Order: sequence, then C-alpha cells, then structure tokens
Amino acid sequence: MDYVPHTPEDQKQMTEIIGIKTVDELFADIPEKYKLKGLLDLPHGCSEQEVAALMKGISTRNAVPPITLMGAGAYNHYIPAVVGHVISRSEFYTAYTPYQAEISQGILQAIYEYQTMIARLTGMQVANASMYDGASAMAEAAVLAAKTLSREKIVIVRSVHPEYRQVVGTYAWANGYEVVEIPYGKSGQLDRDALSNAVDDRTAAVLVQTPNFFGVVEDIAAIEHMVHAKGALLVSAFTEATSLGILKPAGEMGADFVVGEGQGFGNPMNYGGPYLGIFASTDKFLRKIPGRLAGATVDKDGKRGFVLTLQTREQHIRRERATSNICSNEALCALAAAVYLVSLGKNLRKLAELNIQKAHYLKCKLSELAGWEGVFTAPVYNEFVIHCPDPKMANRKLEAAGIIGAYDLEKDYPELGNSLLFCATEMLTRGDIDRVVSLVA
Amino acid sequence: MELIFEKSRPGRIATSIPEADVPEVAITDIIDKGLLREDVDLPEVAEVDLIRHYTQLSKRNFGVDVGFYPLGSCTMKYNPKINEEVSRLPGFTSLHPYSPVKFSQGSLQIMYELRQYLSEIFGMADFALQPAAGAQGELTGVMVIKKYFEKKGQKRTKILIPDTAHGTNPASSALCGYSVVTVRSNAEGGVDIGQLRELMTKDVAGLMITNPNTLGLFERNIEQVSEIVHGRGGILYCDGANANAFMGATKPGDLGIDVIQLNLHKTFSTPHGCGGPGSGPVGVRKDLVWYLPVPRVIKKGKRYDWKYEFPDSIGRVKVFYGNFNVMVKAYTYIRSLGPGGLKKASETAVLNANYIKERLRAWYDLPYDRICMHECVFSGKRQVKESGVHTSDIAKRLLDYGYHPPTIYFPLIVPEAIMIEPNETESKETLDAFCDTMIAIAKEAKENPELVKSAPLTTVVRRLDEVKAAREPDVCWGRV
Repeated sequence: MDYVPHTPEDQKQMTEIIGIKTVDELFADIPEKYKLKGLLDLPHGCSEQEVAALMKGISTRNAVPPITLMGAGAYNHYIPAVVGHVISRSEFYTAYTPYQAEISQGILQAIYEYQTMIARLTGMQVANASMYDGASAMAEAAVLAAKTLSREKIVIVRSVHPEYRQVVGTYAWANGYEVVEIPYGKSGQLDRDALSNAVDDRTAAVLVQTPNFFGVVEDIAAIEHMVHAKGALLVSAFTEATSLGILKPAGEMGADFVVGEGQGFGNPMNYGGPYLGIFASTDKFLRKIPGRLAGATVDKDGKRGFVLTLQTREQHIRRERATSNICSNEALCALAAAVYLVSLGKNLRKLAELNIQKAHYLKCKLSELAGWEGVFTAPVYNEFVIHCPDPKMANRKLEAAGIIGAYDLEKDYPELGNSLLFCATEMLTRGDIDRVVSLVA
Repeated sequence: MELIFEKSRPGRIATSIPEADVPEVAITDIIDKGLLREDVDLPEVAEVDLIRHYTQLSKRNFGVDVGFYPLGSCTMKYNPKINEEVSRLPGFTSLHPYSPVKFSQGSLQIMYELRQYLSEIFGMADFALQPAAGAQGELTGVMVIKKYFEKKGQKRTKILIPDTAHGTNPASSALCGYSVVTVRSNAEGGVDIGQLRELMTKDVAGLMITNPNTLGLFERNIEQVSEIVHGRGGILYCDGANANAFMGATKPGDLGIDVIQLNLHKTFSTPHGCGGPGSGPVGVRKDLVWYLPVPRVIKKGKRYDWKYEFPDSIGRVKVFYGNFNVMVKAYTYIRSLGPGGLKKASETAVLNANYIKERLRAWYDLPYDRICMHECVFSGKRQVKESGVHTSDIAKRLLDYGYHPPTIYFPLIVPEAIMIEPNETESKETLDAFCDTMIAIAKEAKENPELVKSAPLTTVVRRLDEVKAAREPDVCWGRV
C-alpha cells in the first residue's frame, strides 16, 4: 500500500505538461553512477490487513503487565478517557507547528492554556510550550544559565535521575562546561555542606530534583540562598509531574527555573516516549528561554487571538546566536497534559494524596518483612528506597508473576548496597500491594 | 472563544478519583506541612464542558486531514490511519521503559529492524534512534563529529554551512562550540565550489549540506563537494529534512555522506501533532558508529537486548530510548510501502512538485529555473513590484480559499520566497485546484490588490498583531 492516488492517465497528463517522457528524467541531477539500479533490500510491501496482523503479532511479543512497581522517571497513571478522544482529533494530530495563526487558533489557545496551568503548578511566571523531555529540559536550563551568566560550571546533585545527569553531561561536554556532582546526605536530601562548598563565583547553575530519584522531597527553600549568594541560578527539576498537585511549588521557594517530565500528566509510558519536557522560569528570563511560546494578542478587528511569540529568541531568526537549537515542541503530548489537568482540576491534589497513601502502605508492609528496611528518613512522595536481603531475587519472583518489579539501584548507586526503588501510584489496589508483599516475602 | 479558565465554576469536576482502599494516614504525618502547597489553581469544569471546549478548539485548527498542506520542507504527507491504530495497541503503549527485556522483545525488535531498514534506505552503516526531533538529531550528529575529532586528537573549530540552510544547522553547530562559516550558493542554486575549496581548511570539521537543498534542488556537484571536504579530512553532514525526494533513487551513503539525520515525522508519514512529537534518527558511516548515543539494541540469536557499554559514545541526549511510539508508526509505514512503494512515493513527490512548477511558472517568478526535486521555490517579487502585494499577503489570501499556505520567506536567499512541497499523497485534482487558486490570487493581486492585502476575510480571527504580542508579552493568563 503506497498511498499514491495517481492513475496511469493522471501520470501521463502530468508528464506531458512537464515535458518529459518518463519520471526518471526528473532525477537527471543525480550522477548516473549513484543511481540505484534495482529495488532497496527491504521486506515487500503489505496490504493494510497484512500490516495490521504483523504489528499485532509484534505487539504481543511485549507483555502487558498487570502490576508495575517501577517509577524512576516514567509513571503508570490512569488516563481519563477524554484525553485519548481529544488528541485523536485529526485537526490536532495532523497539523504542523502553528505558523499560520489564523487557521491554528485551536492549538495556540490550547498551548496558551497549557502554559498558564504549568506556570501555576510550578509557581512560575512563564512556561514554554514544552520541550522533548524532562532530561533535555534540564540540560537546556543549564546551558541557558551558563550562557546568561558567562560561567562554565554546573553543579548537580547525585540524587538527580542518573539518565538526566548523563544528558546534562552530554550537553555540557559539547559546550565545554564543567559538571561537578555533589552527594546526598543520610536523610536522602542533598548534602547542604557539600552544596555550599561546591557553589562558587564560577557556578552558573545548581541542578536539584524534587522529589529526587529516591522519591525524597527536597527542601528548596532551605538551599535557595546558598545558590543565589554566589550569583548562581537554581534549577529545580521533577520526574513525577503528579507531585506538583501537592508539593509546594519550587517557584514559590526561590527556584529560577522549574523543569521536568510531564509524562505523568495523561501520557502513556510508551516504552519511553514520546513524553514532554516542562520548562518554566521567572519573568526575568522570558526573552531568553528556549522553545516555543504561545502569546495572546488581538486581530485587526480587536478580537482576542493567539500567536507564536518572541520568536527572535529562536534559531530560525537568530541562527548560530540562538540560545537553543530547538525548533519544535511536543505539542500533542502537551495537549494531552492540558486535557488531563482540566479533567482532574482540583482533584489533582486528591490524586497526589492517593499516591502518597499507596506508597506509604507499600513501604510499611515491605518494612515488616525480615531484613527489609527503609533507607532514607526524609519525606517521600510515591517512591521510596528500601534495603532488602536480595533485590535480584525479589525482582525475579515478581517477574515470574508477570509483574514489573522495582528499580535495582546497584548499578547507579553501588554505595546503597542491596536496595530497590519502589513506586506505588493510584493504579495499585490494596490487593495488588498485599500480593506483591507476599510474593517477595 | 472563551478560555477554559473563563468557563471554570467552583465545585465542578470532570473526573472523580477513587477513594483510598489502604489505611489512610494524615498527609502531614508523612510530609511536613511546610513542604505542601496550599491550593491547586486549575480549571473546574464538567466533562461535557471539557469535550466541547477542545472540540471547538479543534474546529479552529487546520491539519492534513482538513485540506492541502503544501508547506515546503515539512513534508506534510497523509498520515495513514492504520499507523495510528497499531501504535495504540496496549503492548506498545503500556510498557515501562525499564521493563525486563523479556517483557519488551516486541519493542526491541521494532527498534532493531527500523535501524536496519533506515540503514538500507540511506546507505549508512547504522542509525541511532534516540533523538526526539530533527533538530536534536542534528545536534547529536554534530556531537558525533566533535567526538570523532576529539578521538583523533585534532582541534577543528569551524563548521561550514550553505546560505540556504535551515536555522537549526548553525544553531546546532554553535551548541557544540563550533563557529559557523557560511558558504554562498552559486548561480544555479548549488554550493559555490570555488568558495568551498577556499573555506575548507584544516581547522574546519566539516560541511553541513541539505540535499536536495532548501531550493528543492539536487546538489549536482555532490561528488566534487565530497572530494573537497574529505580531501581536507572533514566530515560531510547531510540534513535529511528533504529525504522524501530520493528514497529508492539514490543513497546518501553512496554519495559520500558521513552523517545524516532524518525526520520520521516528515519522510516516514508519522503525524506532526501541531509541532511534535517527532523523531530524529541519526545515521553514520562505519567508523562513526561507536560514537552514537547509548544504549543500543543488540541481537543475540533470536533474542534482543540493550547494550550500554560503548566507551567512545557521546553519551545520552534523551532519557530512555527515544520517541518509541513514533518509531512504531514509521516502522508500520515502511512495512506497508515496501521497497517499491517507497520508490514510488519519492518519484511521485518529485513529479508533483515539477507539475506545480510548470503550472505556475507563467504567474510567479522562478529564481532557479531547472528540474526540481520534491519542492519548488517561487518568488513573489513580481507581485511586490507590480502591485505592492507581498508573499505574506498571498499566503493569507490562500487561507480564504481553504489552503494551508506554502512555507514563505525561506530560504533566505530568495526574496519573497514561496516554497511549495506538494508530496506524493495528493491527487492531480488537488494540485490543479491549488494551482488554479494560486493563479486566481496572482490575478487578484493585479486587479484588486487591496483585497489580497486585507486577507484573510473568512477565518475565525483576522491578521493578528504580532508586534503587540512581542512588545507586551502575555504568555500566561491573568498575569498581565
């Protein structure tokens, strides 16, 4: 199936008008010796029925697990039916970036509303139209801080998601910046003495995650002055978006940028993507932040309308002088997030509370098992680290029951010994939790 | 139209949350009160209000399913519905990225085979699928170049970029610490070989070309370009944004391209989603494979697995493995078309662009009059001179006739540029109707220029005040 509508007669008329005998003549600019003589070596084409069966077959080689205990940057949440219905409207999903504002008011207004909701949830004044994911949003914030302050040192806490640290490392290497890692303390929150020692007048940004990779809630208000005292900028990140429903926004506690992963807002786990990067800042950086921005204005009759605005920040205008090379956003994922947030409304807090309750119950139950003990003392959201006699055995038992187990911290945090990172969302029932506990016991 | 916030009424809800079935503890016993927020300031509406709001918004939006979308360099081809449908299979959507590989063999198979297919289509040794979009693919490609010279112990500080290039090319290079040197185009729209020879010195890491370039023209001197760049030890990078022009006709790898990034959302029919999610795989020649991002899918016997240990890799550019669900759609597309279908798609895309070029050449200036590939670039210069009607006016007038306009004012070297990319999924009737409209607008520009300048007249809003939007930014409701 090739989706080409031309009949032989169409083709004949078109080649006549162009003044050629065969379509091959249109490829005359390709040097003869580089033209392919035969067909590409690929599987033959399929009818729709055949391809549907093929893909269904491949999809069944993936499991559809009844229980997922893994968090660590991607979260299993219930997605209200309205989300799928809205993003399936093809006026949205088959459109390009809204350059022609008059026929793109739908997505422009939806993005403006998204930006407003994100600004409110993060406690910031400005949020962009979204970025690739939480990790690249964090890296972009670090690069922007370094460029803005003309400083070349980035301080990052070891309790930031390991893959986020790697992405920041890649972007920093490319730009020639130095990255300094500081440890977390016994409570699971960052080590304040280490932070205070690491931040100096060469430091552009301090990158913190809350809840951090261990699920631990950081006290942003308590560290903000240590960062700002040296003129550096504070980037507060999150990987679990639903935590914004209950935790005090980092923007209200002195963060300059709040970045994070928006997947938890109405986007399926999709084996890792697509997700959406959330990027919010104070007013001060409005004209510098990367990414698309929808703004309100009026048309020539004075009627309210929306456009992509402040485009002079962007690569298509500034080219090599742009602060970022980003040229798109994850608009459809941001639309899903917006619909999710409207759908939940004030119930987002109730959902966040439910996550805390489920995780607390799972943690208490696991802690009753012999040799199982919580590792950190600071408060957590819906993830927690627990020490256990044999993490690999525990995960194997869960796996044998078709369950996606917990994140084994051995590779990224060998210093934590035998420890697992569990996540419990509203998707786990009490029955699920009791079953999990009996399986690993 | 009202904002969702203006429709909000205290106490309304659209979704209820289950009651806790576990013993409840006071939240403040778990998290200190000082770390909790006071209120969640989100809209309060009923479910029907929500659906009507977004349905109304969708009706104020134009997509490929609404009408012809000849937006140059964006390849707005039809997005087959079967691709959407299979991408929503629970096996693809509901799996956590850190699931044990025995639970994710289907996902790994798709990524492994997609890399093989892309390598065959483009003549590259291998691809990495991690980048989320074309621009991130470019950035990754330039990082690979930087790593290559770092490993060789060579300090090269510049990258050459033609004056027709997309803005992301220089921006991606700058993000890797390179200074950008512009190469001008020659009279026939290709790279100026003489200037390239002059500029391609030992401190230049390489050349980023787009082929076919943004004028829709194939780089005829590609052999010479390759010789010059490689002769001085440089890397030849190709922006694959225009790859819809040559599938099955030629392979960039054969043409001397060392690194290429693709846009699955252009060439391989995955929808653009109002600006994302896309997917921007990067392909490289054999000796550059080791620098690609980690992790990579490997195959042992019949089993797929993840491999993280590639010590020379640039590292990660994205969390997890890339936009997997977009890859599912591109994979489905390649399997549907097969080698014959892909070749026919490119041939027809080129046929359609040349057809439009012929039909409109009497009415609009054609700055580079030669066979074009998948898109053709006109100039609205004549209309400006004759009646003061600009390309932007022509674009706005097209809205009144129910079309998405072409890309305008790009490439930058063509004054009043009108860049038309019809793609292969459009019928002759659609192309004819569009050409008739463009001709009608050319006549209107002559006979009634004020009409064209005042367009659009039929859209839900008229021309918007972009200066006001930038001078008095209002990007968050209730904060101005």
